Amino acid sequence: MSVAELAAAVEARYPDVVVARGEATVVIDRNELLDALAWLRDERGVQLDALSSVTATHWPDRDPAFWVVYELRSTALVQRLRVKVPVREDDQHVPSVTEMFPTANWHERETFDLYGIEFDGHPDLTRILLPAGWEGHPLRKDEPLGGVPTWFKGATMPPIDERGMA
Amino acid sequence: MSTSRHDLPVAPFDPSGDVTEGFRDPSTGDYRQETMIINMGPQHPSTHGVLRLLLELDGETIIRVKPVIGYLHTGIEKNTEYRSWVQGVTYVTRADYVAPFFNELAYCMAVERLLGVEVPPRAQVIRVLVCELNRITSHLVALATGGLELGASSVMLYGLRERELIMEIFEVITGLRMNHAYIRPGGVVMDLPEEAPRKLRDLIDLLPHRIDEYETLLNDNPIWRERNTDVAVMSAERCMQLGITGPPLRSAGVALDLRKDEPYCGYETYDFDVITRTEGDAYARYRVRIDEMRESLKIVEQAFSRLADTPGPVMIDDPKVGWQAKLSVGPDGIGNDPAYLAHIMEESMEALIHHFKMVTQGVEVPPGEVYMAVEAPRGELGMYVVSDGGNRPYRVKIRDPSFVNLQAVPDLIEGALIADIIPAIASLDPVMGGVDR
Repeated sequence: MSVAELAAAVEARYPDVVVARGEATVVIDRNELLDALAWLRDERGVQLDALSSVTATHWPDRDPAFWVVYELRSTALVQRLRVKVPVREDDQHVPSVTEMFPTANWHERETFDLYGIEFDGHPDLTRILLPAGWEGHPLRKDEPLGGVPTWFKGATMPPIDERGMA
Repeated sequence: MSTSRHDLPVAPFDPSGDVTEGFRDPSTGDYRQETMIINMGPQHPSTHGVLRLLLELDGETIIRVKPVIGYLHTGIEKNTEYRSWVQGVTYVTRADYVAPFFNELAYCMAVERLLGVEVPPRAQVIRVLVCELNRITSHLVALATGGLELGASSVMLYGLRERELIMEIFEVITGLRMNHAYIRPGGVVMDLPEEAPRKLRDLIDLLPHRIDEYETLLNDNPIWRERNTDVAVMSAERCMQLGITGPPLRSAGVALDLRKDEPYCGYETYDFDVITRTEGDAYARYRVRIDEMRESLKIVEQAFSRLADTPGPVMIDDPKVGWQAKLSVGPDGIGNDPAYLAHIMEESMEALIHHFKMVTQGVEVPPGEVYMAVEAPRGELGMYVVSDGGNRPYRVKIRDPSFVNLQAVPDLIEGALIADIIPAIASLDPVMGGVDR
């Protein structure tokens, strides 16, 4: 099955589909997310039955500021689809997909940890890579970089964007 | 600087903070009084790295387990956002440090897809060659460390001995044993040196016998079988739900392998089989890895024979994309190629300017996003790479198979005995560098 066929099948129901560089992407509103993933999984000719990855990107100067990105995979039809959900700066909530895809559990915890996006309905939304007492969400673009005191005697460490290449 | 370590802000550490709601008894809603909650790791010789397990035990029986990760988090993804596209290779290669070529390959193929460039055929063959050798070293580490954790120290010695032979070849080819940064956007950094074919030939002749030896040692070894058979069983359906890929999935009978399903680097032209078994236990995972080493060797053999009749450049012939520094391995290790140095320093001012611009500013990649997945030794290794059109990545997300596969730990060992933790985790073979990134 080609990307164009998959895109056409998805477009019939969710019109916001883009195909670029041989990869299909569909933008879905967060209120529709759970229904959409269920439809994408069950619809004949789409059958996106596996979730590879969940992550996010941060665009501080744009609206929406965040995109939550789901990489879906059809093991039967050997095809992939990227689902992107816009998330606004002032309301960083997305429904959790852990019921449908148990694999999303750690992916969503990681996205929460690094971006601060809250996945409503997640069974245990706690930090996963950083210690429990950590403040801030380091993969946000507006998170201050480095410059923290170090435990090495007499050493100072400038922020990474003030080191090396511009 | 007079900052003493006592002045530094340290996040308060409360180990009981990790004992979350999940540890409550669902029937009473309270914590059980007759069980014990103990820590295993993060500094434990048998947890396959800095992995911490919170275990709730009833005697020897595990009632509940919560894997706690992050002890090796080094911010690789964030770091790539502040380095050039080519420098990104040196960061991602350090994620899953046991299989560095796969990190490089997935990242470089993602960047190449963003750039819309094709890699020369010889570079493709070399990429397949080094990756399959790397798959063998990675499975050897799984076998060696897994053996050691179960008390089979001879397996550890044999496994690491053969791995060292392959690492020597990596050193000859790339100049480094690990973290090679050999695969670059547009190809590979340099062609194979003169002595590589002879060393490869010797290795290809030697390894099958050595793999036979491991099988003689372990396949029907009563202790090995006792510790691994019917331990850490996982069904194909549960594997799919949890997103498990690689040998753990194939040991449950699902023949998913990205080299066959979504071929890249010309894998569709190589003759090899996808190894599956049906038992889904730790022993089946061991057998799958052993057989995959043989299949990898088949691919290495084919790639090796193709090298002779695939001449040509190993880096894309596009001065705006291809990394211009020519490197060669000299008697004192890897360094700048003397002929190239003479060219930019003495012959051509334009070449020097171009070299300078490439080194200081690097490549500009058109805006867009791609997800590129390759079949790493542990399963699907995906790179989600976003460009905003600049000379640095805007976002690099590493979908590491170890991270996802480790989610299976509670399923594998809840209800089992403490001793089963060791083969269960060893059979998943997580590499914490990849888990924590």
